Amino acid sequence: MISILYKEISGFFTSLVAYMTMAAFLLVTGLFLWVFPDSSILDYGYAGLDSFFNIAPYLFIFLIPAITMRSLAEEKKDGTFELLATRPLSDWDIVLGKFLASLAIVILTLLPTLIYYFSVYQLGITRGNIDTGAVIGSYIGLILLGSAFTSIGLFTSSLGKNQIIAFTVAVFLCFFTFSGFDSISSIISLQGIAGFLTGLGINQHYQSISRGVLDTRDLIYFLSFTALFLMLTKTILGGIKW
Amino acid sequence: MSIVVENLSKTYGEQKAINGISFQALPGSVLGFLGPNGAGKSTTMKILTCFIPQTSGTARVCGFDVSTDSMEVRRHIGYLPEHNPLYLEMYVREALGFIGAIHKIDQPEKRINEVIELCGLGDEQNKKLGALSKGYRQRAGLAQAIFADPKVLILDEPTSGLDPNQVIAIRTLIRDLAKTKTVILSTHIMQEVEAICEQVIIINKGKIVADDTLSDLRLKHNNKSLENIFIELTGSHVH
Repeated sequence: MISILYKEISGFFTSLVAYMTMAAFLLVTGLFLWVFPDSSILDYGYAGLDSFFNIAPYLFIFLIPAITMRSLAEEKKDGTFELLATRPLSDWDIVLGKFLASLAIVILTLLPTLIYYFSVYQLGITRGNIDTGAVIGSYIGLILLGSAFTSIGLFTSSLGKNQIIAFTVAVFLCFFTFSGFDSISSIISLQGIAGFLTGLGINQHYQSISRGVLDTRDLIYFLSFTALFLMLTKTILGGIKW
Repeated sequence: MSIVVENLSKTYGEQKAINGISFQALPGSVLGFLGPNGAGKSTTMKILTCFIPQTSGTARVCGFDVSTDSMEVRRHIGYLPEHNPLYLEMYVREALGFIGAIHKIDQPEKRINEVIELCGLGDEQNKKLGALSKGYRQRAGLAQAIFADPKVLILDEPTSGLDPNQVIAIRTLIRDLAKTKTVILSTHIMQEVEAICEQVIIINKGKIVADDTLSDLRLKHNNKSLENIFIELTGSHVH
């Protein structure tokens, strides 16, 4: 598993995928947080990173499928999957190695944004006037969200040989699991089970962690969500290997 | 016996890719796997390397069953797939190091140098795999296959698309490797079989139509050339 993890990460850095996603993420969040007047902290009036944590999931919806789309689809297309599958590696070695490598890139992308926290911390009218607990919670939320999206991306990448299809399906699934359930629950005739439906979606759990309260229910939700998609990926890999 | 195959079948939907084949391969020899396109050569190799499961029958490699002991089988096998897939963005040494990491080999640097020397990759060792010519890519594929020093080597058309000099270099390498290993190779080229194989299996439409040593096979067919024997056994009788 470690060998796959290492190979994938070095692959991300030689193929520019890692740099491009980091650059895109930091550029867009930077613009939203400091430049665009509608969401800029400087015009916002409060020393908080809310606009960053609100925009980040939507960027992840596009960026994480871009990171994961090639991981299995490309191996299948180039035939290199045959090299991996005939080595003494279990399906879990391959799935987890690739999952952790993509997640590592997601976390690396988040690291530079700590500068935002530091800036707001310094710029507050009373220095340090920022809800640090909520920020820590939000980062944990983002990482959990990232792992959920990564598992979706890996799953769609395992479905076929086409990276574009893997990307498109992953974007749809990420978007739907993130906010689709909220939208469905607002349908009038489903009012009776509205609470249950929003509970299925990622958004509610992400928001709840973002408040700075790490509830075990939310943690279990994210972990089982990720495990479910990793299990599906493993099943697909084990079932049809050519 | 390093490879024992008994009554092996593989069905894709309605189509029988291989149909109840049985054969054995001895250590220290090269087994040539001959047959027209679509005869089931690659399918057999993919089953032996645990890439796809068989529909029925058993296959054992070094005493380990491919369906129940697949991890052990994969530890003992070196496989060069058809079309030689490679991680083109990796460097030669990096790709070999990756194989070393998978097999948890001690002193990988030493082994990398050995294998590079053995496969004649010395001048190309610091290039990316994607920058290599076809002949060197084939050598790199072979280098990956032999890296973990497997007891069994399975090579699917190892010399296809190479120029005559490269073909001879690869054949010499395979013959040297076969002194200590079991080698199964598939090919369309009759001269190749005559040059390096001790045992020949001819397979046609999923069934074995000949399984003999090269000399016995000739003897049984009145010393005809291997090419004629092949056509006789697998052709649709175009006389």
